[in-house]
Amino acid sequence: MIDYKNIDDNYKMKNAAVFLKNVSMTFGLNKALDGVDLAIMPGEIHGLLGQNGCGKSTLIKVLSGFNHPDKGSELYINGDSVKLPLDPDMLTKYGLSFVHQDLGLVPSLTVLENLRNVQLFQSGMKINWKKEKKAAREILDRYNIKVDVDANIESLNQVDKAMISIVRAVESIKGRADGKGILVLDEPTVFLTKTEVDTLFRLVREVAASGLGVLFVSHDLDEVMEITDIITVLRDGHNCGEAITAETTKDGVIEMILGQKLSSFVKDTEEYEYKEHPDVIKFNNVTGETLRGVSFAVNPGEIVGVTGLVGSGFGEIPYVLFGANEIKGGTMEIHNKTVDLSSYDMKKAVNDNIALIPADRPHKGGIGDLLVEENVMMQVHKKYHPWMLQNRSMRQKAEQLNEKYAVYPNDVRLNFGNLSGGNQQKILLAKWLQERPDLLILHEPTQGVDVGARQAIYKHIDKAVKHGTAVVCASSDYDQLVQICDRVIIFVRGKIVDTLVGHEITKERITQLCYNSN
Amino acid sequence: MADNRSAKVNMRGGGVSGFIQKYSVIIAWVIVIAVFAVTSGDLFFNWNTLSLITGTRSVVAILALAVMIPLTAGDYDMSAAYTMTLANMITVYLSIEKGVNVWLSALIAIIAGVAIGFVNGIFVVKIGIDPFIVTMGVGTFLAGITLWISNKTLSGTELAPLQNICIGKIFNIQYIFFYCLILMLVLWYMFERTSIGKKILFIGHGKEVARLSGVKVNKVRWGCLIASSTLSALAGVMYSGVTGSAKSGSCNDFLMPAFAAVFLGTTFIKPGRFNPLGAFISVYFLETGIRGLSLLGFSTYIQNIFYGAALVLAVAISALIKKKNIKADKAKKMEALEAENDRDKKEQKSVKSST
Repeated sequence: MIDYKNIDDNYKMKNAAVFLKNVSMTFGLNKALDGVDLAIMPGEIHGLLGQNGCGKSTLIKVLSGFNHPDKGSELYINGDSVKLPLDPDMLTKYGLSFVHQDLGLVPSLTVLENLRNVQLFQSGMKINWKKEKKAAREILDRYNIKVDVDANIESLNQVDKAMISIVRAVESIKGRADGKGILVLDEPTVFLTKTEVDTLFRLVREVAASGLGVLFVSHDLDEVMEITDIITVLRDGHNCGEAITAETTKDGVIEMILGQKLSSFVKDTEEYEYKEHPDVIKFNNVTGETLRGVSFAVNPGEIVGVTGLVGSGFGEIPYVLFGANEIKGGTMEIHNKTVDLSSYDMKKAVNDNIALIPADRPHKGGIGDLLVEENVMMQVHKKYHPWMLQNRSMRQKAEQLNEKYAVYPNDVRLNFGNLSGGNQQKILLAKWLQERPDLLILHEPTQGVDVGARQAIYKHIDKAVKHGTAVVCASSDYDQLVQICDRVIIFVRGKIVDTLVGHEITKERITQLCYNSN
Repeated sequence: MADNRSAKVNMRGGGVSGFIQKYSVIIAWVIVIAVFAVTSGDLFFNWNTLSLITGTRSVVAILALAVMIPLTAGDYDMSAAYTMTLANMITVYLSIEKGVNVWLSALIAIIAGVAIGFVNGIFVVKIGIDPFIVTMGVGTFLAGITLWISNKTLSGTELAPLQNICIGKIFNIQYIFFYCLILMLVLWYMFERTSIGKKILFIGHGKEVARLSGVKVNKVRWGCLIASSTLSALAGVMYSGVTGSAKSGSCNDFLMPAFAAVFLGTTFIKPGRFNPLGAFISVYFLETGIRGLSLLGFSTYIQNIFYGAALVLAVAISALIKKKNIKADKAKKMEALEAENDRDKKEQKSVKSST
């Protein structure tokens, strides 16, 4: 057991497996990290926690050499001062091994090739496939993973993929001659079941016991409480707390994640009461990749938030309702008919007057190298003689919309990609809302949007709602859910655990439900 | 609001450099003509040259316009030139060797073109294979079929009716040139003024965005491949009319020139975008170059050198334009952000001072 009381910066500099000191990182005008410290001692399992956008991923990317931090940031590994940005060669030299959320496997190669990639690279011209195969089988047996070493990664399920990626990372630092190094696990348990999580934890404890440091990043508080020795919490790019796991409680950690400043926001509406409207849109038994038999309803003129942690399935909702993801089953009742969502597609969705504004704005929302007017009018060609498009009236309409939505700079002949995130989002709202959709589906509607534009976006959503549009807003921004939603549905592991209505919706309640309901 | 207007940032490329970029190939064309007129004199600068340039090689223009359609949707059709020679062979073989009516032969050739596009689509859209590979394979397959039908050069008087509608002349310019002109205008209209043209553009620039906007991406891509093959077959039929013969193995003379013209066409008129007018002008610009060089004494090898170099240069130039635009865009984006920040600050100040 490490005696945490007597550790100061000096001690960390000399002894920590990894010590990130005073790390800052600026993106454009935003400070994603502001003087963050993080020390992982040898033999320690260190939990890193915080809400989405708190800087966790940014910090890990500094450690993996992907991000170039600001001047003044320092890094010490085993007492050596290491230059930032980190040279990728240093990762192997010091034994830093990462399992990222995307797992870093090559889907078209086999289990063997993925598992033994480093060894295969090093064998040069004479690969002994028999030997490699035997080694790979041994590893898989040791961790009780039942997959064929010759199977392609893409043919495996998420769980096996995750396990292979984790095992590969562990194996790559376990056998190091100097016995030093750290293992970074970034949300490794999202796709794992309880039994697999136990296998993983056994593995992680083994790694720590051998004297290596482990950084464990997760949203799942139960898991963090179970496995870690010490927890660091980030909020808005700052350190906002460090606690020894054994001496703290789950509620204590939640408070650290949320911050002391409890929100005093009160909705200006009367007490909201949910009553089913005759034109209600209902979703029944929706089952997708993570969603398991989910049913809910949304009234015209109502904003329903859906939220949860990463991997809880709430992020699947927007695409499933729009027919963009293939799903196993589920129905939607809209306009007095029932449609089968598993055979639904986007064209039908558009014809049913449903609109989707996806989270991935540059790839799914708008086309960066086409003009603003082309983007905003994409949907409404049928109103302007599709076989003899009235380009001039389309431009006029686009200009009106730009004016109405206060898009800046106000010029429809700019490339969409030239505008800031907030203005891009306004254009996408204009694109879809000009048709007065019956159902508007939003996914992280204010991600990458500055504070000013955020309020404008809420205003436009509110206006649509007053016209009778039903809104489903999938978001992990709890402040936003509190501010705009009439009801909030909480998802945990693919299922609805609770629905908050009106005044019940507070940041604290949402956080508690998301983290607690395992 | 008034403040908003005055703060409007001019982000469009204008001025002299914008003009030069917009009409670069046309300007180069004028220069090339002038140079050859000086170096070769009357030998170059005569009606005959005009007739040659706009004659036989006009099929390249049809081919270029054909491959431009799937390219706009982001897909290569490398089988186009092979489809063309197959259609050429079918038309000539059926009417000369088998005694089939020449119009019926032409119709059969065009139906074959539709079928080829359909098959390309099955592999590209249904099975999801890279269109470049699929159409290369299908093209090679077609080259084999063409050779199988006949490995001789076929010609005969049976083709006369087809020839009449292709090589008759107005002002020393063959009819076929005007067909190409009409086709170019039709495509220009399609891309500028129809919903389907815009959909093709959206797919080429952002497949996912188009998909999530309710565009049937796969259907449209398939349609583009069929359009490309059908027009290629039409080029083959026209080629039969222009030359009055068929020769397997001539496809290599057409594939590169067509692609070179299409990519050169993206460097002007509408820089950064495939456009029919640009491709059309490029065909005749490149052909002028070839004609002039051969008059200077270069023999046929110059064609390959010229078109090969033109293709690579055209792609390189359009890549550079894109790079330059991205750089300029980034600078403008920062400028706009700063302007916006300033504006916000001013607004805050005015709010403060008014309270």
